[in-house]
Amino acid sequence: MMPTKDQVRAEAGRLQGLFLEAGATAVDPDILQPADTLLDLYGEDIRARAYVTADPLQGEQMLRPDFTVPVVQMHMAAGQGAARYTYAGEVFRRQEVAEPGRANEYFQAGLEIFDAADPEEAEAEVFVRFASALAPLGLRAAMGDIGLLTAAISGLEASAPRKAALLRHAWRPQRFRALLDRYSGRVPVPPARAALLKRLAVEPAAEIMAATGPQIGLRAPEEIAARLARLAADAAEPPIPAAQVTLIDDLLAIRAAPVNALARLRDIAVDMPALDPALDRLERRLDVMRAHGVDLEALEFEASYGRTTMEYYDGFVFGFYAGGQPHLPPVASGGRYDALTRVLGQGREMPAVGGMIRPGLVLELATGGAA
Amino acid sequence: MTLKLGVPSKGRLMEKTFDWFGARGMDVRRSGSEREYAGSVGGIDGVDLVLLSAGEIPRELNAGRIHLGVTGSDLVRERIPSWTDRVEELARMGFGQADLIIAVPKCWVDVDRLEDLDAAAAAFRAAHGHRLRIATKYHRLVREFLQAAGVADYQLVDSQGATEGTVKNLTAEAVADITSTGETLRANHLKLLSDGLIHRSQATLFRSKSAPWTRQTRAALDAIQERLAAKM
Repeated sequence: MMPTKDQVRAEAGRLQGLFLEAGATAVDPDILQPADTLLDLYGEDIRARAYVTADPLQGEQMLRPDFTVPVVQMHMAAGQGAARYTYAGEVFRRQEVAEPGRANEYFQAGLEIFDAADPEEAEAEVFVRFASALAPLGLRAAMGDIGLLTAAISGLEASAPRKAALLRHAWRPQRFRALLDRYSGRVPVPPARAALLKRLAVEPAAEIMAATGPQIGLRAPEEIAARLARLAADAAEPPIPAAQVTLIDDLLAIRAAPVNALARLRDIAVDMPALDPALDRLERRLDVMRAHGVDLEALEFEASYGRTTMEYYDGFVFGFYAGGQPHLPPVASGGRYDALTRVLGQGREMPAVGGMIRPGLVLELATGGAA
Repeated sequence: MTLKLGVPSKGRLMEKTFDWFGARGMDVRRSGSEREYAGSVGGIDGVDLVLLSAGEIPRELNAGRIHLGVTGSDLVRERIPSWTDRVEELARMGFGQADLIIAVPKCWVDVDRLEDLDAAAAAFRAAHGHRLRIATKYHRLVREFLQAAGVADYQLVDSQGATEGTVKNLTAEAVADITSTGETLRANHLKLLSDGLIHRSQATLFRSKSAPWTRQTRAALDAIQERLAAKM
């Protein structure tokens, strides 16, 4: 039987109680959030996933699609140091295509820890608190680390602009792959670009631009000239070695028990030492988790976990799933989002890790209602 | 119960729709005075004509208030989420052709493809502090297209008319709009992206999947489809 809304609310309160016991402060962000912030973070794509409404005076608003963004905003605006917060309430998700098991509004109960002192300890703590809250359900846990891919990108033999472009699209696997193919010479430049580069070699950029007619729009001639210069520089750059692309492919394909995954990653790092700091953090995280009593052998480490769904998570990521029911969303998920504090921090940043549980799904699974 | 056929209520789209049905042995016409929105369908029993604004036909099809409707395929894709679940294409009618495209200023010599637009958008945002604006009235189609292409750092600004003028007026940096000959684009110093064709639209006869399909309306549909098949 599906739990009633009162039961789900009570379960959200019970879970929040566990986080209060962990020393978190209860917060209650507004349901109506300024749309600008979310649009600037996630781009137009979020319009497909969040409800947009218009206030005559305050402009476009969104029904909160999650709690993390307003909690980060609140914390960064207050300018405090270490803190931990918990929330329990509904989030709202627009759906353009009906998906079974996905609700338009549902409860979340969450924990967010802002702490620079010991990041791996904070990560292990969040994971352990979630694991123990969910222990009776016998869920499958998966984890990953977005920081591995970003470290690998920084270790490529490539110019800063190429690395920046790859980092910017790390969340979009297809686009990322297209860029990597281009930069490694696997795919040639398109004919129009090749023709433009030929012209640039013999003709000043200013003349090429002047020949096209009037200059219109906000994008200034200097910006166009700057990109032309970048295109010429890019064309002159040697391709990223095929061996390095293979290392990225190998890294993203890793899916194994954490200890085995770490061993394979260490092998990759022999040829890509830029991975070492991220691997040291991963190793320490695993040690701390083990010390907290986590059975690492029962976990799966997926190097590409969360890559498409958890934008702005930039380190440790995790999720808990009901086994044998792939149509269900994760019962809980979370991770490290230092990048989000940087974007919303207006010049400041703060290491932060957290996650949320779906109390409705917890109840359904506990009563066998989510078959 | 009669089958309700929704057709555009005015202009060339209406005339061409009438001609198209006429060529298939169905006498679809307006009745009454010039200004009265009433019409009839001769040659087939049990069909009522409903004259509507072309832009409202997708909504009526989606709600199942009309059984069949003639409108641009672009409007159906834009206005009906998961449109293939809601309506079925019975016939592409071969008129009202227009392409939904993305265009940028001709002076952007560095931008030829979507990947260039994406790179330009990233640099533009860093330089100007806001995302690169694309003016359009086709929000869903453009958003889905750009998402699939991996274009980021853009924003859609609504433009219900004179869209090609927004770049010169500094209210947008690029446009996504319907064009048939490209003349308006050229006149406004814009150019197409070489991989920026979002949808090739034409007038299309759609069937609503949610309209009441009774024995009578089904029979009327069969009769219409026979006429369409005979012509083809």
